[in-house]
Amino acid sequence: MGLRVAIANVMSDTPEQQTPGNLASLSFEDALKQLEDIVRKLESGDVPLDSSIDLYARGDALRAHCQKRLEAAQARIEKIAAGSDGKATGTQPFDTE
Amino acid sequence: MSSPFDDDNGSGLLAQPKAGDNAQPMTISEISTALKRTVEDRFGRVRLRGEISGYKRAASGHVYMSLKDDKAVIDGVIWRGNAGRLAFAPEDGVEVIATGKLTTYPGRSKYQIVIDTMEIAGEGALMQLFEKLKAKLGEEGLFAPERKKELPYLPRTIGVVTSPTGSVIRDILHRLADRCPSHVLVWPVLVQGEGAAKQIAGAIRGFSALDTDDAVPRPDLVIVARGGGSIEDLWSFNEEEVVRAIADCTIPIISAVGHETDTTLADYAADRRAPTPTAAAEMAVPVRADLLAFIDELRLRARRAGQRGVSLAKERLQNQIRLMPKLDVLLQPQRQKTDDLASALKRGFELRLVGASGALAQKSGALRPALLRRKHENAVAALKRLTLRPAALQKQLHDAGDRLDRLWRLAEQLHPDRPLERGYARVTDADGQTLTSRKAATAHVALGLVFRDGDMSVYTDANSARARRAPKKKRAVPKTGKDEDQQSLF
Repeated sequence: MGLRVAIANVMSDTPEQQTPGNLASLSFEDALKQLEDIVRKLESGDVPLDSSIDLYARGDALRAHCQKRLEAAQARIEKIAAGSDGKATGTQPFDTE
Repeated sequence: MSSPFDDDNGSGLLAQPKAGDNAQPMTISEISTALKRTVEDRFGRVRLRGEISGYKRAASGHVYMSLKDDKAVIDGVIWRGNAGRLAFAPEDGVEVIATGKLTTYPGRSKYQIVIDTMEIAGEGALMQLFEKLKAKLGEEGLFAPERKKELPYLPRTIGVVTSPTGSVIRDILHRLADRCPSHVLVWPVLVQGEGAAKQIAGAIRGFSALDTDDAVPRPDLVIVARGGGSIEDLWSFNEEEVVRAIADCTIPIISAVGHETDTTLADYAADRRAPTPTAAAEMAVPVRADLLAFIDELRLRARRAGQRGVSLAKERLQNQIRLMPKLDVLLQPQRQKTDDLASALKRGFELRLVGASGALAQKSGALRPALLRRKHENAVAALKRLTLRPAALQKQLHDAGDRLDRLWRLAEQLHPDRPLERGYARVTDADGQTLTSRKAATAHVALGLVFRDGDMSVYTDANSARARRAPKKKRAVPKTGKDEDQQSLF
């Protein structure tokens, strides 16, 4: 049931979601979910061969996107500097003594 | 004892100064001032325990309230400066211990306590306040499950509201680094004591107010954290101000205040409650290594599935190829039919042949050589009878030959040139046409004479002969000579 819904979601993807350019705006979780759905779909063997090639390409793009996002993650610790009105005005490096 | 009708007794219409009475009436201000002095001198600073009632904060910032127990009530006031420094937000019904100076308010004939500090009267009272607040805010729906926001799976920026010193922020940062290095914005605040609630609430609202295009990146997750402590230490996180800020925050919030057993109202209002700061970090981010491994696994699975798809398709193709009928099989019926027809053809032909040879034999039986031979013999006999006999023809030929000879001899005698043999000549014109009369001859200038041994030309007139000869001298000379020779012969 869940798988079917997931597949339906992949199937009903709007065209602009399919373009690699829109990957950037895709959240990591959505990208990962789409990738998972694509893999399951590929594994189900229900996809015609030609579409499975497209699907694979899409999956590969999603994978690269996720991987890039993870590899880009690096620790950066900053401290908020607040103005007199209590609003954040900037940041400065934060030292953990 | 004075009677009721005694002059001295009681009040007259007018106040009469009495002799020996030095107690002059006092003005109200005098007595009030005296009272004030007495009260203030007598009591000075006091600590009162009572329940808050009629709590009211005026626009000026001063707080007016009463403290009461089951039999008595005393008014109280907290001037603005002190009101801001209270460690908790007073509520009606909360039992407190107020410390302050007892004084009077002459303008209203009142005595009251001017409170400097006020504390909640013991843990029981604190819990009572806690429950009251919880009920009140809960009724407003601040803790409703449907208000809870989902945490982002992998936040880009994490805002942390906590003390910049101490183990809490260290624990959070360490665990974040272990799991998934992230961009962390620490908003340093006091987490306990005077002004803490205000700072905490301000930080939360500060994060919530950030725009995505601000210089400071807007976090997509906020952690509000504080280490363990007594209920009083954690009290700031029960303050209405903080609870409301958390409930209003547009960014998902994890609260991690105190130990697991300490539940503050901040925990109720937050989208997720973590038992410890470390646990909050674990909730905040997934384990990057796990994700990378998972993605790798997905890649492998996708590749395997893709390859399997191709090999499955290949297999299916092979199956279809196998299932395709063999050409031989496909053509078998036709081939068989062809064979059948071919053999039928042969059989039919042979049958026909047999029939034909039968007919032939039958017909050829009638063909007897004797029959032909007799016909032949008859024909030969007939031919023999028809043989040509030359004797019959030879006589006829001989007779005809004789007749021909006779006729030819007669004809020779009659030949026109026959007389020439006997010395006659025949006259012709220039063209060899025989002229048989003088008249005919005189018409010509040149005549021909035909003799037995030849012919010659003669001219009837010498002049005409010369005239004719002159232009043709060359030719005529030998001819003349010859003519003359011939003439001379005559």
